[in-house]
Formats: sequence, C-alpha cells, structure tokens
Amino acid sequence: MNLYFDLFFTFARIGVCTFGGGYAMLPILQREIVEKKQWATDAELTDYFAIGQCTPGVIAVNTATFVGYKHGGIFGGICATLGVVFPSLVIITVIAACLSNFSDYPVVQHALSGVNACVVALIASSVLKLGKGTLVNLFSWAIFVGVLLISVLVGISPAVLVIAAGLLGYLTLPVQKWKQRKEDKNP
Amino acid sequence: MILLSLYYEFFKTGLFSVGGGLATIPFLQHMGESTGWFQNSDLTTMIAVSESTPGPMGVNMATYVGYQTAGIAGAIVATLGLVTPSIIVILIVAGFLQKFRQNPVVEAVFCGLRPASTALIVAAGLSVAYSVFTVADMESTQSLSALNLPCIVLAVAIFVGLKWTPLKKLHPILFIAFAAVVGIVAQL
Repeated sequence: MNLYFDLFFTFARIGVCTFGGGYAMLPILQREIVEKKQWATDAELTDYFAIGQCTPGVIAVNTATFVGYKHGGIFGGICATLGVVFPSLVIITVIAACLSNFSDYPVVQHALSGVNACVVALIASSVLKLGKGTLVNLFSWAIFVGVLLISVLVGISPAVLVIAAGLLGYLTLPVQKWKQRKEDKNP
Repeated sequence: MILLSLYYEFFKTGLFSVGGGLATIPFLQHMGESTGWFQNSDLTTMIAVSESTPGPMGVNMATYVGYQTAGIAGAIVATLGLVTPSIIVILIVAGFLQKFRQNPVVEAVFCGLRPASTALIVAAGLSVAYSVFTVADMESTQSLSALNLPCIVLAVAIFVGLKWTPLKKLHPILFIAFAAVVGIVAQL
C-alpha cells in the first residue's frame, strides 16, 4: 500500500515541478526518480522517452506509467499516472474558475519568461548527464548527430526518426554478434 | 451524456496524438469544430494557460477544455480520457519489455533508440532556447529577430549554478522559482 502512495505523491511532485512539455520534466525526473528514489537509471529514462515518442499519448504520462509499472505492477502504473495529472487537475480547475485571463497578467508573463530561461538551462544540464550514458561509440554519435540535424532542419515527425533509429540499431545486430564471436575465439 | 462524449473525444485525442503535448493541438482544433464546445480563439487562451502553469501541457489542455465544457466533473473526465490510451498501451509495452529486456534484438534496437532520444531532447531544448532567447522585432526589416540578452544571461547564470558544487544538490524547482522571481523583478 505504501508503495502506491509513494508512487502517487512522487509523481504528483514531478507534475507540480514540470513547466511546458514532457522534455522539461526530464531534470525533475532525474532528480526524483534516478537520484533520490533510484526507481530507474538514466539509460532507462532515455528508453522511456524514446518509446513515448512513438506510442500514443503525452510523454510525461507514458513515463509515469512505465516507472509505476516497473515498481508496482499495473496498479502502480495507474497510481503514478494519476499522480502526475493530479496537480494539473487542481491548478487548472482553480485558474479556469477564478482567473479567466490568467495568462494575460504581466506578472505571469514576466515570471514565465524567467521560468523558460531556467528550463533551457535545466534541459542543457540534464542532456549533459544523459549524453554520458547514451553517446558511447561512433555509431551512437552518428545517430545522435543525424537525428538532431534532421529534426532541426526538416520538420519531420519525431516518431518516424525514433523508428528509423531503432531499425538502424537492429541492423547492427550482425556486427555485434560477429564481434562477440571474435571475442569468444580470442579471449 | 456530455461527460461520456468528453471522455470519448479525449480518449481519441490521447490515442492518436503521438509525441507529446503539442501533438494534441490539431485534435483539439478538430474537436472544437465538430462539437462546438469551444471556438478556435478559445484554443489560443487554453494553450497560453497550459504553458504558463505547472504540469504536462497535454494534460493541462484536457483539464482546461473539460472544465470549460462541463465543470469540475468535465475536467476530471477529460483528463482520464486523455490518459487511458497511454496507460493501456504503455502497460502492454512495459510488460513486453520486462520479458524481452535481455533479448539481443531488443538490446540492438535500443542501441539505436537511445542516441536518437537524446538528440530529440536536444532539439526540443534548442527550440525552447530559440523562442526564449529571441524577441520578435516587428520594426526591423530583417527576418532575424533580436537577441533577448537578459534571458540569455539568466539561463547561463542558472546553468553555471546547476554545475557549481555548492548549489548542485538543490532541487530543480528552487532554480525555477528563483528564475520566476528574477523574471518578475527584472520585467523580463
């Protein structure tokens, strides 16, 4: 029972701390899930994000379901997901009920400019941490540079890029097997 | 009855919008047109509110639209509708992954996925950076917009803070709160 509460409240905290899209929650996830709770590793978070790109739904929700399922089965996945949406439900309902022109207030806009600048810094710092684990050889660097260039220069759907990268990874299988065999022969 | 159709509409949105909160916008546009629950002009306000409040954007949008359409119950039903397809699909994928984690084929596919995922995060960061660090300059005839220096300085300062050992251990939300205060004080 305790685990389910823990999942709910941890993800509720993550929901409160996330501004903008799913990527902006990465720094918070690293802090809460990887460093504090150790529910997942940096590499697993990258996997969840990749899968979240080509499966339906909001990435933040997908990640919550993944982590929740890993630690508490199906009910854990549901608790984590309800946790991540709970703060939105409360905050948005209050704003929609009381402040019809919330986003027009200058104070909100100024605060948001500051928050967005901070989000850029947070994402940069998270990516540096992630890159250490995911960019380990020439192949991974090639995929990284390729996907980055294509997604910045051509407005192509991220889902397509993720699937293509997965296929390329699959194609390396014979090379990996060959290497493995060579190592087995000359230990 | 309206609750049921709210659930159904947002279930569809959740099922077909692949790749994050922004992907829900075209579906919401279509929803507004076909149901008459809200106008396209309301949508702009909804996006602005969703972006300026905590929480994942897609979820915020669903809550906002749901509340405007059918009050608190509407907000809850729309949000649940949006997340139901995710929960189902991810539970299936996660179950599959747990079984085949050690499979060399799955391992090889992830070797390609991880750098791609990292690249997409960088790309998303760059597009946020571009929108934060530039100001649309209506008067200049050049297509390039001017740099928003105060925001750049703030971002660099926070980045240095994140890497600086005495501050490194602080929770990211403290940096976000600090940035919000600076934004208000400096009228960014």
